Amino acid sequence: MLEHRVDTTEQRATDPALDNQRIFRAILLTMSRPGTVTTLGNLPGHPGGLHPASAAVCMALVDMDSPLWISPDASEDVATHLKFYCGCPVIRKQEECSFGLVLNGLDLPDLERFNPGEAEYPDRSATLIIQVASIEVGHGVRLGGPGINGQTLLNITGLQADFWESMQQNRQRFPLGYDVILTTETEIVSLPRSVQVEI
Amino acid sequence: MQSDRNMPLPESREIERRKQWMGVLARATATQLEAALAECGPLPEFEYLRRPEIGMVMVRGRADAKGDQFNLGEMTVSRCSVKNADGLVGHGYVAGRNKRHAELAAVFDALLQSFEHGSVCREVIATLAGEQHVARKKRNAKTAATKVNFFTMVRGED
Amino acid sequence: MYVAVKGGEKAIENAHKLMGEERRGDPSVPELGVDQILQQMRLAVDRVMCEGALYDPPLAALAIKQAAGDLVEAIFLLRAYRTTLPRLYASRPVDTTTMHVRRRVSATFKDIPGGQLLGPTFDYTHRLLDFSLAAESQSSIAVATESEPEGPMSRVMDLLGDEGLIEIPTPNDQQHVSDITHDPISFPVKRDARLQSLARGDEGFLLALGYSSQRGFGNNHPFAGEIRMGEVAVSIVPDELGFEVEIGDITVSECEMVTSFKGNKEELPRFTSGYGLSFGYNERKVMAMSIVDRSLQARELGEDVSAPCQDEEFVLYHSDNVEAQGFVQHLKLPHYVDFQADLVMLRSMREEIMKQDTHREKSGEEVA
Repeated sequence: MLEHRVDTTEQRATDPALDNQRIFRAILLTMSRPGTVTTLGNLPGHPGGLHPASAAVCMALVDMDSPLWISPDASEDVATHLKFYCGCPVIRKQEECSFGLVLNGLDLPDLERFNPGEAEYPDRSATLIIQVASIEVGHGVRLGGPGINGQTLLNITGLQADFWESMQQNRQRFPLGYDVILTTETEIVSLPRSVQVEI
Repeated sequence: MQSDRNMPLPESREIERRKQWMGVLARATATQLEAALAECGPLPEFEYLRRPEIGMVMVRGRADAKGDQFNLGEMTVSRCSVKNADGLVGHGYVAGRNKRHAELAAVFDALLQSFEHGSVCREVIATLAGEQHVARKKRNAKTAATKVNFFTMVRGED
Repeated sequence: MYVAVKGGEKAIENAHKLMGEERRGDPSVPELGVDQILQQMRLAVDRVMCEGALYDPPLAALAIKQAAGDLVEAIFLLRAYRTTLPRLYASRPVDTTTMHVRRRVSATFKDIPGGQLLGPTFDYTHRLLDFSLAAESQSSIAVATESEPEGPMSRVMDLLGDEGLIEIPTPNDQQHVSDITHDPISFPVKRDARLQSLARGDEGFLLALGYSSQRGFGNNHPFAGEIRMGEVAVSIVPDELGFEVEIGDITVSECEMVTSFKGNKEELPRFTSGYGLSFGYNERKVMAMSIVDRSLQARELGEDVSAPCQDEEFVLYHSDNVEAQGFVQHLKLPHYVDFQADLVMLRSMREEIMKQDTHREKSGEEVA
């Protein structure tokens, strides 16, 4: 079985392309193994309010063809930074984004409004990047479903309590639904729409 | 990051000039710019704001030349952004896959905006623009030689 | 049905080595440089860029070298390479009205303002093999004249439009521009997606369709209103600048076909038109494209959709040579089990029929 905490920073490359590949690989790992925590490392030079891990995820996934929605509490610097480095359009309509970035997990928007995809193309759904304070494995909410051998326990701080109910509702409409990446300053954990949550 | 919005909003004339030199820089070769940079004397230190990278631009056309837009196909592009200690920012966007070309274009873009290096660099740009103009004129002259001069043949007695 | 078959690795490896050697040919003959292809096989480079849908002359030249001159294979290589690059911008629409024209002809007006500029062309050659090219040093020097054409040239379509004889397009730049590389085509197709498909479509296929239209299968009686080739500037609007910058020039070919008129009780009759645009110097391609573009407007213009060239599903699903060659050529992959199933079925059918026949013969004998 896979370790529940994987560090990918050792393969840190100076080439930004390789760095993006490393981060993409890490996201892929966490998406296919929900509840597995990965350390992305602490890349410097990001505007206040934006976790380096969130910035890294955006750099690897977001581009000009994937409109980004940023929670309204974000400073203008965050939008400018991501527009410049990802080349993505930053939009106001939550329903139309491919990626949604929520800077504060304690202040979630209405998650129902994110695009869950269509029956013909469930892959055209939104992916949410939600910033939280800490991620711990071994206790907390019980997760099961594809990619989890039996069950795994996950405790998140800095995340609204009703988030887990939203994830349960999100699971109901599978294959439609959004996918979530939770980020601390340096780590990520992914909760694809297929994850089963027991509160 | 340092974006251009930190700088005083340039006058539209400034924008026009910048557009013009960026076009000249994009059409020059990396070799030409390398040589031109050597003529500019001692230069400030630059660091990357965005490292040189290669990507694509989706080129668009218009249906019936003037109608609705459509995607024609992509072309390769290289881009780079630099800044120096004074916060001077330069951007380079050039067709093709030459990263050094994009970097040089970005450095020139920054220098051309500066007070101390601006005038020297503007001469360099003027020279390059002149060369590009001459090349185009030469090509046009060859095209002009293939222009058909119709003459009507008169047939019959009247 | 497919079954994994192992054991071909060594053979495949050696086959690729053999291909490499064949590509190089006789080593006593100097190797072909990519720059030579770029300079001296320019029209092949242009076709590869056009159908590969990626403008990068040195890359196209490399693809041609690697494919040993097989242009469809080279197009495939370019398409594959394209997928490795991120798309950073969409350009402002290129303005062909400001093209630096290197060729411009019209078959509709002899004395078109700006004149008929033949440019570099094979037209009017006798198509006699020039054996002097077989000798090594050969060069032809172009003639230059003092008076050169400058500035935007007036367009045939504008001349007709000013008189109301053709519709002047009114662009709507607010609407979404379809992209067939992102979203699969769904029918009915908007014209922007059709033009994108045709622009990268196989020249031979479009040529045959255009020809079929001319011969009567959905004829729309085309006139070459204007054909142009030359350089246009490509510009982008980077978000961090907020204004438009030029990243360079590209060579394009353009054809505007003036075609059969339409009109009704409410509207005066007018010409209709078809449009062709491509990367590089691909005149035959853009001419064919403009005929097919016009044919595909049948639905919008209220014409019968009866001929192949008017059927957008037929045209657009079969115009891409990378897709087409993939599906045709996959037939050479192992279908051993599939075929075995057919063999068994056929043998048992035959056996069954033969058994019945012998039985009938026997019972016939008995009666006799």
